[in-house]
Amino acid sequence: MSQFVAALRKDLLLQWRTRSQLVAVFVFGASALLLFSFAIGPNAAALREFAGGFLWLALLLASTLALADSFESEMAQHALEGLLLLPADPRALYYGKAVANLLQLTLLGAALVPVMVVLYDAGTARVPALLGIIVLGAAGLSAPGTLYAAMTAQVRARNTLLPLLLFPLVVPALLGAVKATSLLILGDPMGQLGAWTMLLVAFDAIYWSLCGLVFERVVED
Amino acid sequence: MTTLAVETIGLSRRYGRRWALSDVSLGVPAGSVVMLAGRNGSGKSTLLRVLATALRPDHGSARVAGHDVRHERDQVRRQVALLGHHSFHYEALTAHENLEIAASFLGRPCDPGLLARVGLEERADDPVSSYSAGMRKRLALARVLLQDAAVVLLDEPYGELDPPGFALLDRVIAELRSRAATVIMATHLVERGRALCDHALLLEEGRLAWSGEAALMPAEAPGGSARA
Repeated sequence: MSQFVAALRKDLLLQWRTRSQLVAVFVFGASALLLFSFAIGPNAAALREFAGGFLWLALLLASTLALADSFESEMAQHALEGLLLLPADPRALYYGKAVANLLQLTLLGAALVPVMVVLYDAGTARVPALLGIIVLGAAGLSAPGTLYAAMTAQVRARNTLLPLLLFPLVVPALLGAVKATSLLILGDPMGQLGAWTMLLVAFDAIYWSLCGLVFERVVED
Repeated sequence: MTTLAVETIGLSRRYGRRWALSDVSLGVPAGSVVMLAGRNGSGKSTLLRVLATALRPDHGSARVAGHDVRHERDQVRRQVALLGHHSFHYEALTAHENLEIAASFLGRPCDPGLLARVGLEERADDPVSSYSAGMRKRLALARVLLQDAAVVLLDEPYGELDPPGFALLDRVIAELRSRAATVIMATHLVERGRALCDHALLLEEGRLAWSGEAALMPAEAPGGSARA
């Protein structure tokens, strides 16, 4: 547990020191939302209907930048290898970084919501529920994203490879997050929100348990 | 009977189809200071990285401080400190923060005097990205001291250091010797190595070509330099 706390503190400190990159990632996500709105055109009903999907697409695209960045500093001077040789527990290193990435993606998702409200006129009165879905959706991106970012960190084509590996894997979590977000924006007359949220929770549990087990294989030798 | 801190039997490691280490068998007595010499590409760094468990051997076995590098990695890692070609530091963080992080994973407090010992106290709160190569090497040395390991592996430790840095490293090696740590130092500075070390090992094309007392090592050893 103490190693997990040490890893989390280390990753939060690294994120704070490189916070200008988070601003760039936010601008990228906001730009994606803007471009998606152009694709729909001046159709208020359609904009509102697809707002949830576009929010998660923007967050997914922006997340690949944030996740790849999270391993840049680990690889520059082989800092991750240095920690493993101390020895640090690989699972503590994984969960520390995955939780730090979860916090970063949650912050990013929460920051993109006002942009979505302005561009798509897609607000909701159930703000705490929307934040809850953002946390669960961000968890569905950050757990496999951290694992794949570690796998691709030493590959020359990592910026291409990371989304290629990540996107197919996170489809179930993304589906749950999009449907739950859309139900919060458009209303939930059939009471489906609970079922989609449970799907999201189930896939989060699978990702967070399996990826933690696999991480040691990825980073050792 | 002499206790061996490091023992390898038929140790081999390859990168792709090229064997970087081939059938290396050696023993390093506990508490000794050993020079590892050889040309560039002779396998010195690979040997040190296998002993530090940063690389797995393909064939053969190696024991460090009594533990097998293949099957008892964590036990080996608790006994070994490696100063390698990479400094193992986070560029965006300060020297002080980097040592604090290492100390927190080691589960021990960070000695506040460590940075002063390596001559970095005035730059302790600057990000490592602003450091010169020599300063990074000093910081890596501080991390090795923090680990307080029984076996210390130094890969080209004099590289990038200035003359005061050379003297600092000589003092550190003397300190390690005085507390009975085992030191294996890969270097091209054969004269300096002969003055500091008890034993010497010479690698050629991944094979152990010569071993014996450091003072008896030929000055014209491949890859060596008389300058110290």
